[in-house]
Order: sequence, then structure tokens, then C-alpha cells
Amino acid sequence: MFNIERWQEIFDTIRKNKLRTFLTGLSVASGIFILVVLLGVGQGMQNGISKEFEDDASNSIWVWTRPTSVEYKGLNPGRMFTLTNDDYDFIQRKHKDQIEFQSSRVRIWSAVVSHKKESGSYSIEGIFPDFQLIENEDMVSGRYINQNDIEERGKVAIIGYKIKKDLFKTIEDPTGLFIQLNNIPFKVVGVYSDKGGEREEDRVFIPSTTAQQVFNRGQTISNLSYTLQPEDNFEATVAKSEEFVASMTAYLKSKHVIAPEDERAIGVNNSLENAKRFYALIFMIKAFFWWVGVCTIIAGVVGVSNIMLIIVKERTKEIGIRKALGAYPISIIGMILHEAIFVTAIAGFTGLIGGLLLLELVGPFVETEFIANPSVNFNVALTTVIILILAGAIAGFFPAWRAARIRPIVALRDE
Amino acid sequence: MIEITDLHKSYQMGSNSLHVLKGINFKVSQGELVSIMGSSGSGKSTFLNILGMLDEADQGSYTLDGVQIKNLNEKIAARYRNKFLGFIFQSFNLITYKNAIDNVGLPLYYQGLKRKERNERAMHYLEKVGLADWATHLPNELSGGQKQRVAIARALASDPKVLLADEPTGALDTKTSYEVMELIQGINDEGKTILIVTHEPDIAQMTKRIVNLKDGLIIDDRRVEQVRAKSYV
Repeated sequence: MFNIERWQEIFDTIRKNKLRTFLTGLSVASGIFILVVLLGVGQGMQNGISKEFEDDASNSIWVWTRPTSVEYKGLNPGRMFTLTNDDYDFIQRKHKDQIEFQSSRVRIWSAVVSHKKESGSYSIEGIFPDFQLIENEDMVSGRYINQNDIEERGKVAIIGYKIKKDLFKTIEDPTGLFIQLNNIPFKVVGVYSDKGGEREEDRVFIPSTTAQQVFNRGQTISNLSYTLQPEDNFEATVAKSEEFVASMTAYLKSKHVIAPEDERAIGVNNSLENAKRFYALIFMIKAFFWWVGVCTIIAGVVGVSNIMLIIVKERTKEIGIRKALGAYPISIIGMILHEAIFVTAIAGFTGLIGGLLLLELVGPFVETEFIANPSVNFNVALTTVIILILAGAIAGFFPAWRAARIRPIVALRDE
Repeated sequence: MIEITDLHKSYQMGSNSLHVLKGINFKVSQGELVSIMGSSGSGKSTFLNILGMLDEADQGSYTLDGVQIKNLNEKIAARYRNKFLGFIFQSFNLITYKNAIDNVGLPLYYQGLKRKERNERAMHYLEKVGLADWATHLPNELSGGQKQRVAIARALASDPKVLLADEPTGALDTKTSYEVMELIQGINDEGKTILIVTHEPDIAQMTKRIVNLKDGLIIDDRRVEQVRAKSYV
């Protein structure tokens, strides 16, 4: 490999056969190019989809109610029911060890929110302190709802950054100022922002207890949200969360007299399960891309192998001469193999760099919902390089083996 | 130098077996210049191939410079060829994309010599055949006679015990043939053992000994008065 004489031999051969070498390399270069671009796009899809999940904690579970769909114990289908504080407390007690964060939510849709002359229609949500972590909210200023607010049923509000812009206009920090929620004054104690963007920032958060009292909700709540303690690995976490969801829905069904087979009455969104599905999808897509890419490389390798076979045929006489002059079979194998690896490696690197350049130059401009910043990381590049060297060796092996078996007497026979 | 006893060789041609060499006994000592003659089909090329270790005999013994040549695997054959033999072919068999000096240096490459030393020695042999000025030319820029001289220089480069020439003048005109023969005679004068396969009587007359092959047997083996090629040039 590091024999300088051998390298000189190979450069000699390549220099004398530029077109042939170029054509040989082209198929490999395009194969690697396609593989790198595909892998980049695969990574981009993963980035894009991961981003979709970023706005909420990716292991959150949401529970809400819908009309029942099955007749049960003399109760007609289509019956509405509501969750209550009892449900929330019971689940909290029962699954204390499993739950990481939890919050119930009392939702008042389209309430009038105003500050001085400015007003708008936003939704009000009565929540617990943990809700910040479930929804992944960042504080722009002030603080979030705390336990004290819950216990004192304080008339405090956290507003979204969008509402702050709408109502407070130029005021930099509205904390300490008052807003009217359906004409009831609340003190603003914080402003939050959400990675999900403006559509997630048009809500006003107040303590759950306050919401039930002030807006006459009694003991009812609109929905429940949880995150669970993570397990050692993703699979176990998903399994645990599914178990949690099953146990919880079973309880709610028996409590609210709902048929066990009624799939509609209790809505559950387990984002872990969704995430799992998406990751499985991404994995499939990535596997498919690898497969396509590797097939392309195999096509390239077969091409190189083919061309090398023709080269061997073409150089039969030369190989015969070399053997007559005392070349060992191993040196003939080495010569052909070395050339094949060298050509595939150089061509492959050209394709690799071409693909990386394309991703580097075009990647940042690709910004659709499902593809974000397509790129290839170092490990993948390294893998492709190893594939390349292997490909070269495989491409060269059969022609080289054939070349080594050429008998000089046959090769040198005058036609 | 060369000692051959009871050499047999046959080829399988489908279901038929073609007996090409039928028991050849042959001896060459150091410094001889021998021509092997015979009509086509007499087995002279096969004989030369066996001498050149490009082919193996079915039966009989072959000793070259005291070394028994038998049961050769490819590797040993390659080493012996490189060490003992220099080949000169009718169609020159130069490597077309290598210039004269690299062609001459090729056997030395397979001896594992470094480029610098290879080039020095190759240059020395090119000078010897009078082509020092053509060292960097490719074969297709050379005339037939020049190509054969390069081939001779290449055959000499590894300083072999024996030179084997298969119709070395077969592709050349008479004048050039004599020039090449003059060169070969000169090399022989320096003590190199040379075997030439030819079917041209005038070329054979320029050697010191003529061996006639017919139907796989030596029918005639005689020493001749050598005609110096120089007198024709």
C-alpha cells in the first residue's frame, strides 16, 4: 500500500488512460453522491419532524372527553360527561410513582381580555404550576403560576407574548399591571413564549382553582395532562406510558359509567406513542434511503468491476509480458486491485465532497414543514468512506483474480 | 548451462492427444549461440516455451544453471524467469504506454530495485544497444529495429543466464535483421548464452550451432562456421 514504486506504476497507468479512468470513476462518484444526498434528506426529515414535536414535552399525555358512542347500563349513546377534580385527585394518588408532571385544565374559550382601551378575544386556561413543563413554555418576563396562587385562588394571570404585543403595545414589561378577563381584573405576573409560535401564545393562564371559582365551573375540568417519569430506554418508556393510559381510561370509564368497549368517549393523545410512530417512520425512510443508496453504489461497483474486467482483457498481453519478465501473481493482483481501489476511492471522495457541498450550500435554504436543514454527520461520512474502500476492493477483486490467472504463454501468442 | 533429457510434451485437443515433443535430449553450455530451426508444427515454439518456463513438460528433466526446473508453481516460475531468463519476442512485446527506459527497467522493478537504480541500469543497457537518445520515447515512436533493440535491452536488464529469442527478426526487413543479429552476436561475444528460434537459414548461419527439429525430435545438431552479421551491414 505504501510502496512508492507501486503508486508510480498506478499513476503511469491512469495517466495513460484518462478517459477510461474517468468513465470508471463516474459511476462510483454518482453512486456516492446520490447516497450522501439521500442520507442528508433523511436527516433533514428527522430534523423537521423532531421540530414538530419540540413545542410540547415529547412525552406528554393529554386526556379529554367526547360524547359516548356505546349504549351502556341503560344510558344512551351520545351522552356528554365531564371530568372533575375527583378524577384528577384519584389519578394523582393512584399513579403517584409514575407521574412526573401533571396538571388539569379548565378551559374558557374566547373570553374577552382587555387592558385599558385595547381588547381581544383569547382563551383562558386554568392550570397547575406543572403545566409550564408539560407545555414547554419559556418565561419572557415575570413568573409562572405557583402553588401559592392555587391555594389562595389568586387573581393572577400569565399572558402569551402575542397577547402582550396586542394589548400592551409598547410597554416593555407588563408584569404588575392589570388586565380584565370578562371584566374581572387580574394581575399580570408573567409573560411566556412558546416554541410552537404565535398560535400557542394567545392564551391566558390563571390558577386552576381561580378559574373554577371565578367562571362558575364548580368541580369540573376540561382535560388532564401528564408527563411520566422516563424509564431506562425509549421502548420501556413507551410501554409504561401505554400501561398508564390503559389503567387511567379504565378508571375513568367505570367512574363515569361508560362502556369498556367505548373507544370514543375518552380522548387520549399520547405524544410518546405518536413520537414512536414518527420515529419508526423516519427509521423506515432512512433505511429505505440507505438501501437505495447502497444499491446505487452496488450498481457503480458492478460497473467498475465490469470495466476492470475489460481492462484486464485489454491488458492481457501486458500482463503476460509482465509475468514473462518475472512478475509474481500477487503483484498482478495487487496492481489491478490497487488501481480499482484508488479509482473508486478518488471518484467516491469526489462524489462525497460533491454531495456534502450540495447539502452545505442548498441545505440551509430548504425549509419546508417536514425537512429542515438536511445534513450528513461525520459518522455517516466515515461510514460511506469505509463502504467506498470496501466497494473498491470488491470491484477490483474478480478482475484481479482473473488477471493473476492469465498464462503468459497464452497472452503472448502472436495472433 | 542447459541440460535436457528425454523431454515429452503433448496437448489435449478435444478427444485427441497431440504429441508435440517426443523425447528431446539437448545440452547447451555457457557462452553458446544456438539456433533452433524447424518448419511450423515441428514443436520448436513449444520447446522454447518449456525452456522459458512459460510451459511445463509432461515428462523428462530440465536443469538450468544447475537448478532442477520442475513442479513449478506460479511464484517460483516467476522468480526463475526473472533471475535466469531474458525473453526476446518476434512482436517485441513492449508495453505500449511506457517509454523505452521504463520498459527496460520493468524486470528490475520486479526485482524490487528502486527507481533511481533501475533507471541507471536501464540507461546503461539502452546505451549498449545504441538507443540512449531514445530513452524517453514511447514504443510507437520507434522503428521496428529500434523496438527490438529496446526489447533486447530489456531482456539483458536483469542480467539473466540465458537469452531466449523467438523469431527475433521475424518482423524485420533484411537489413534491420542483420543489425539486430549483429547486436546479438556482440552480446554473445561477451559470454552470454543465447538461444534463437528461427526459420530463416541466413539468420541461423549467424549462430554457432544449428539444431533442427522435425516432428518433435531433434534430427540434426551441428556446429557451424559463424557468419558475422557485420559483413552484411
